[in-house]
Amino acid sequence: MPEITYLEALRQGLWEEMERDERVFILGEDVGLYGGAFKVTEGFHKRFGESRVIDTPISEAAIVGAAAGAAHMGMRPVAEMQFIDFISCAYDMLTNYVATARYRAGLATPIVVRGPCGGYVRGGPFHSQNPEAAFLHTPGLKIVYPATARDAKGLIKSSIRDDDPVIYLEHKWLYRRIKEQLPPSEGEEILTPIGEARLAREGTDLSIITYGATVWKSLEAAEQLEQEDGVSIEILDLRTLLPMDDAAIVRTVQKTNKVLIVHEDTRTGGVAGEIAARINERAFEWLDGPIMRVTAHDVPLPYAPTLEDFVLPQTEDIVKAVRWLAAY
Amino acid sequence: MARVDVLMPQMGESIAEGTLSKWLKKLGDEVKRDEPLFEISTDKVDAEIPAPAAGTLVEVKVLEGQTVPVQTLVAVLETEKGAAASPATAPAPKAAAAAPAPAAPAARPASVVPPKGDGTETAEERLRKKSTPLVRKIAAEHQVDISVIPGTGFAGRVTKQDILGFIERAAPAAPAPGAPVSRPPSPVPSGAIEHPAAEPWPRDRVEPWSKIRKITADHMIMSRRVSAHVASFFEVDYTRVAQLRAKHKAAYAERGANLTYLAFIAKACAENLRKHPVINAAVSGDATIFRRDINIGIAVALDWGLIVPVIKHADELSLMGIARAINDLGERARTKKLSPDDIQKGTFTITNPGGFGPYAGIPIINQPQVAILGVGSIEKRPKVITPPDGSDAIAIRTMGMLTMSYDHRVVDGADADRFLADVKAMLQDFPEGAV
Repeated sequence: MPEITYLEALRQGLWEEMERDERVFILGEDVGLYGGAFKVTEGFHKRFGESRVIDTPISEAAIVGAAAGAAHMGMRPVAEMQFIDFISCAYDMLTNYVATARYRAGLATPIVVRGPCGGYVRGGPFHSQNPEAAFLHTPGLKIVYPATARDAKGLIKSSIRDDDPVIYLEHKWLYRRIKEQLPPSEGEEILTPIGEARLAREGTDLSIITYGATVWKSLEAAEQLEQEDGVSIEILDLRTLLPMDDAAIVRTVQKTNKVLIVHEDTRTGGVAGEIAARINERAFEWLDGPIMRVTAHDVPLPYAPTLEDFVLPQTEDIVKAVRWLAAY
Repeated sequence: MARVDVLMPQMGESIAEGTLSKWLKKLGDEVKRDEPLFEISTDKVDAEIPAPAAGTLVEVKVLEGQTVPVQTLVAVLETEKGAAASPATAPAPKAAAAAPAPAAPAARPASVVPPKGDGTETAEERLRKKSTPLVRKIAAEHQVDISVIPGTGFAGRVTKQDILGFIERAAPAAPAPGAPVSRPPSPVPSGAIEHPAAEPWPRDRVEPWSKIRKITADHMIMSRRVSAHVASFFEVDYTRVAQLRAKHKAAYAERGANLTYLAFIAKACAENLRKHPVINAAVSGDATIFRRDINIGIAVALDWGLIVPVIKHADELSLMGIARAINDLGERARTKKLSPDDIQKGTFTITNPGGFGPYAGIPIINQPQVAILGVGSIEKRPKVITPPDGSDAIAIRTMGMLTMSYDHRVVDGADADRFLADVKAMLQDFPEGAV
């Protein structure tokens, strides 16, 4: 099997869906002739033409609005945010219009809004955000966040085929860092189900619930802790944040009885708080320690490399938290 | 005594909270002014926080790992200054009688006294007894009392591994489900204790109980209710001990140990408890636990109350070892340097008020043990002695009383008296080789 990057896997997924279904089209800033700021759509313009790979003005509200209208008319648009930070310009369109369309008017809105998110790349406050928490609170949306190349491909394909709006968050630090062997397009079709978490590592002493780039930070911490402390850590990669896989969360809590939630987003009002609340409601009796969090600090992400390292959760922060919780 | 609050400091203009990462002092520890008290981390900046005043760490409000807003009360120090409690601030006597004593104003080495379920427990005490939801669930399923399980977790918390290991170890030993080992060691047979209210008269001083006083009071009442107290009195001729003591005292002193009568008595008990296992025992529900270890508690009177540090494995110590242990525990009790471990796991207790001059006394059993030995004053008294030729004479001998209170539920008079007779015989004919 060929070894491909996370970015290439995402590109393949988009390509396959474009080939499979002519209702699928792409729109966004510089996605056509330029091939996208990160080259996710490189070669698409040439293959599928300008009616299916559309360069738009710099207006996220217009991009999402146009996608929603097309979706109502039977199309399957994939809208790119050049950096996911600018999805906030389309916040009104997504939350007030798209998320409520089925309820208000019986209108399906099968759109995918995707874009590069996350830090660890010295991108500063406008090019490093993780906007999931802002949309987690909106009924009517789905949010997926792949950590592996396989899921990058499997989730973009499932998102395109989903009849509801999906926000697809792709981590730019993982784009070229993650390489995996995946079957070629003509081989097995990869479709990752939306709403299903993945056990990234099996363990018995403590569970880390996480998603995105911090899956890899957690795996690194788990290896170190296994060797140095003999602690056996289970890691649950959520993959889909909305709807959340409560059953998988409860299963791992019942197994290890101690939970650390790790995410790259800031702390207050973050996804970790929601996960902790669900564990309290559904698995309180299985807890053998407080539910702990490792997250970014509640500040805009600094430009300076040393300060970025300081603010974002690092492997050693996870190691430290696990040690405390394991000894609790 | 004055109380000084220690607050979570603000480590920067925009920082709203801090995490207490590590306690550098334990409850009951003495701290000097500016001595590091705890470590905090705020937004990854770690800092040691110095004590704002010299005193004793008497209250810990924030656990390691907890994150609290700045200006939150983290700990209370008690300073030595202003020792007299002002009567003007004492609560009205009726309120004091109806409700438990308010926040203890006296020094409180709380980590060295067993926790009480009187609603004034600290978070650590609660954690020690209740642990976590999972442990409580397991405890309920197996009908195990969490408080009897040794905990290895945070603040002595019983972890999942602790309780599962305990159940596994208990399983082969327990003949039937609901074995006595899983019951609380000292059930109180009837309801809560109510003290009759008393009116203070003009110029009286009203002092609310300290925590240690409250615990002592409850424990004493509980013990009197739980055990069938009986006492035996033995008169002991310490003349030989006095001679040995005079002979070896200087040599012991040279090696830094104070050779006291109490050391001889503790040694005699340690030697004989093995032969009389029912004295070295505890009661649990409807069963007797015969303790394998011989750990002798020595009651120490302090200005602020009574504490019973324990000589572990006393039967394995020489007279020198016991003398040293008594000196060491007493010294650390007075300087509040005892660790929680020092006051736990006693199997038998000796209380020695003899120095204050009583002829004899009747002590109250230290639960869940079954016997306590009281030592009366030791002095020269006229004594009828019968030399080998059969001619009676009155001689001047060094004499003293030993009194033992014991729990007649499990210790019969014959058991107690046989033990005391052996102790007496050893003291009267103490082997020189053992000194």
